[in-house]
Amino acid sequence: MAAEQSTRPPIRWHIAVFLAPAVLIYTAIMILPLFNTLKLALYTDAQNAQVFIGLDNFRLLFGDERWSEQFWNALGNNVWFFIIHMLVQNPIGILLAALLSSPRLRMRAFYRTAIFIPTILSFVIAGFAWKLILSPLWGVAPNLLDFVGLKGLFQPWLGKEAYALTTLALISVWQFVGIPMMLIYAALLSIPDELLEAAECDGVTGMAQFWKIKLPLVLPAIGIISILTFVGNFNAFDLIYSTQGALAGPDFSTDILGTFLYRTFFGFQLQLGDPNLGAAIATAMFLIILIGVSIYLFGIQRRLRRYQF
Amino acid sequence: MNKARHSPVHSIAAHAILIAYTMIALFPVVVIVINAFKSRKAIFRAPLALPDKDSFSLIGFETVLQQGDFLLYFQNSLIVTVVSLFLVLLFGAMAAFALSEYRFRGNTLMGLYLALGIMIPIRLGTVAILQMMVASGLVNTRTALILVYTAQGLPLAIFILSEFMRQVSDDLKNAGRIDGLSEYRIFFRLVLPLVRPAMATVAVFTMIPIWNDLWFPLILAPAEETKTITLGAQVFIGQFVTNWNAVLAALSLAILPVLILYLIFSRQLIRGITSGAVK
Repeated sequence: MAAEQSTRPPIRWHIAVFLAPAVLIYTAIMILPLFNTLKLALYTDAQNAQVFIGLDNFRLLFGDERWSEQFWNALGNNVWFFIIHMLVQNPIGILLAALLSSPRLRMRAFYRTAIFIPTILSFVIAGFAWKLILSPLWGVAPNLLDFVGLKGLFQPWLGKEAYALTTLALISVWQFVGIPMMLIYAALLSIPDELLEAAECDGVTGMAQFWKIKLPLVLPAIGIISILTFVGNFNAFDLIYSTQGALAGPDFSTDILGTFLYRTFFGFQLQLGDPNLGAAIATAMFLIILIGVSIYLFGIQRRLRRYQF
Repeated sequence: MNKARHSPVHSIAAHAILIAYTMIALFPVVVIVINAFKSRKAIFRAPLALPDKDSFSLIGFETVLQQGDFLLYFQNSLIVTVVSLFLVLLFGAMAAFALSEYRFRGNTLMGLYLALGIMIPIRLGTVAILQMMVASGLVNTRTALILVYTAQGLPLAIFILSEFMRQVSDDLKNAGRIDGLSEYRIFFRLVLPLVRPAMATVAVFTMIPIWNDLWFPLILAPAEETKTITLGAQVFIGQFVTNWNAVLAALSLAILPVLILYLIFSRQLIRGITSGAVK
């Protein structure tokens, strides 16, 4: 190779020049702060000096009643938030993608564009739009339910402890269903026609064709969507903050790790912010996401068979 | 060929489901926008009606323009988004070129290192980022946001762009080398123009989360002069909760620019997702 040549080529500075800006910014603004945050979790602030206290912040977080109750509540809510996404978002996404990819469908581009619109809006807009629509003051939602004869079902969903979190998860699903739809749609389009024709020759058509041929082939896409959803859900914040505020009401029933981190780190109302404890929560979130991503990369992705066409 | 796949019953059912879901997707947006143009009475009397001669009113927009500094917020968002986008595309393409074009020691490792950020959200480093910005005096500046968003956008940009740059023909680059072009010229003159479609895709993917972000503006730049439109709308709506006209108008003002941009670029975005994203 290069070293064996008689005249050794000079150092290729241009490689360094090409890489340097990206690597520097990425390292300085993303990687170092991430590690510093992990480090800060092991310190505490005593008279304006950082003192090393080992795992005491985590003991406080998991052991002390004031904090651990909030932490487990937020984690539990977060898990429920994720479960709703997986149970509602993925099936709807698969259904829409399957319909969109059916041959000779008219107005395909219109449906695709329209269904993707909520995804481009910010959480603030999506959150407030639904907050207004579900508001008992305005009455859009009760009127609509009245229209289909179900007015009795109406509840101020965002204000009731029992329903608020599920409602918010569904709003988030409403917003993001476009992503699974698009990715699965792309995966379905990449299935070669010969394969489907062969299936038809063997008498596998319609629903059976979908379950036996298409679905197994788009499983890798569903895997990617699941892990994207997982990472997105476990650092979600904006939607809850903009609809329910930093206190994630009613009575912390919609508190997830993101809002808990914000309150602890930044403080709210009378409570002072504690950066070190905030760092400990961020570390916990980091570990949760790391575990999720590892399970996906080493446990799930390897088992999914990929087909090369 | 096969009847089940093309029967009219199936196609009607498919359209019915798709139309139903399209209505669910668009309904909230439509309700917000049409009510923003109505008087307060009409908003409550008939929320689903279109504004007509009697109910038409721009009072909400007037309040918003008088009370909130939306022009400034909009300008802040625009500057932050455009500058970060430019830096992500430029630095991302340069790094992607280095990774895909040259064989050097640590190439794979560097690729993996840069890809870490795709899965690990930058938000988890917020505590240390804020400390760093405080120490360097960048709190409440647009620079802080630009730096953070550049770092946030780079991993995915490098990942997608290097996939595309591998497809650029080697013959072309070698012909350039024989003609005496420097490596920089080969990158800027030959390779960049060829990966323009991929750049557009990356641009859309990078832009949307930056424009819509609430977390970093809230923590790093909450001052009045540096508020982005997302944070500005959030704060404004929080203050004017009971003024329905103003709230609806503010929401519409936040929706419309994104919607217009999306309708212009939607083909690009959808082509990008359907071609490169599933690997």
